[in-house]
Amino acid sequence: MRAFLALLSGAIFGFGLALSGMMNPSRVRGFLDLFGEWDPTLAFVMGGAMLVMALAWFVQARMAAPIAEAEFHLPGTRAIDRRLLGGAALFGIGWGLAGLCPGPAIASLGTAFRPALIFVAAMLAGMAVFALLDRKRA
Amino acid sequence: MLPGFPEAAPLEGFVGGLLIGLAALVMLLGTGRIAGVSGMLSRAVLLNRSGTPWLVAALFVVGLVVGSVVFAQTVGPVEADFPPGWGWLVAGGLVVGFGTRLGSGCTSGHGVCGMSRLSKRSIVATLTFMATGFATVAIVNAAGGAW
Repeated sequence: MRAFLALLSGAIFGFGLALSGMMNPSRVRGFLDLFGEWDPTLAFVMGGAMLVMALAWFVQARMAAPIAEAEFHLPGTRAIDRRLLGGAALFGIGWGLAGLCPGPAIASLGTAFRPALIFVAAMLAGMAVFALLDRKRA
Repeated sequence: MLPGFPEAAPLEGFVGGLLIGLAALVMLLGTGRIAGVSGMLSRAVLLNRSGTPWLVAALFVVGLVVGSVVFAQTVGPVEADFPPGWGWLVAGGLVVGFGTRLGSGCTSGHGVCGMSRLSKRSIVATLTFMATGFATVAIVNAAGGAW
């Protein structure tokens, strides 16, 4: 059940990304081009997604447990620290350079294999570097 | 479609956004977890040991590809103009991979899921990556690197 729901969630996500135009790096770059010919589409995507998710959180607060799991597993971290700020700052830089964030990059493996693979391979390398450094630190 | 913004596709964006929200709703109410792509991906390739069951993470990641391929087969080709050359993709990918792990999330986890939960942490993260994204594009453009 939970495996099916995970696949379903991913598939709806991928379909939504394709429809939204967010799998087009130049459109995402257009949103980030605030001081140029700004393309506000991404704001409409975020608005639609957050509308549904606000409803989801409202329902979640009234549920004892999720449908296919014994309990909710939600992030409890509240710290606004250097890791959060530094990580988010770096992510934004990469997002601006390539016009891609993780979701659209993975979804593009099925529709624009070669450029998507280059980005995803580099992204996995970046994640691996982080995992190595983080392990040393711990 | 949107006065003053000839390039914008607000309707497709909004409906696509509703679907992205629905996907995150299914993950949250179904499996009790955040549909954060960077976290799910790093879990799927065994680069983090978070409590998310491997199969959940792996199938979510596979689903992303399935969904976009279904769109391409049923609705039509997915329009995509990528940056010219490998350099942008490699540099962007490296920084996105490292940064999303350090900052514990990306556009989906912090942006869609965290902000709608009114998490201060996620709101700060989202404002931060938007700000550096705006700055990066502005600097690249000023340096003549617009694409």
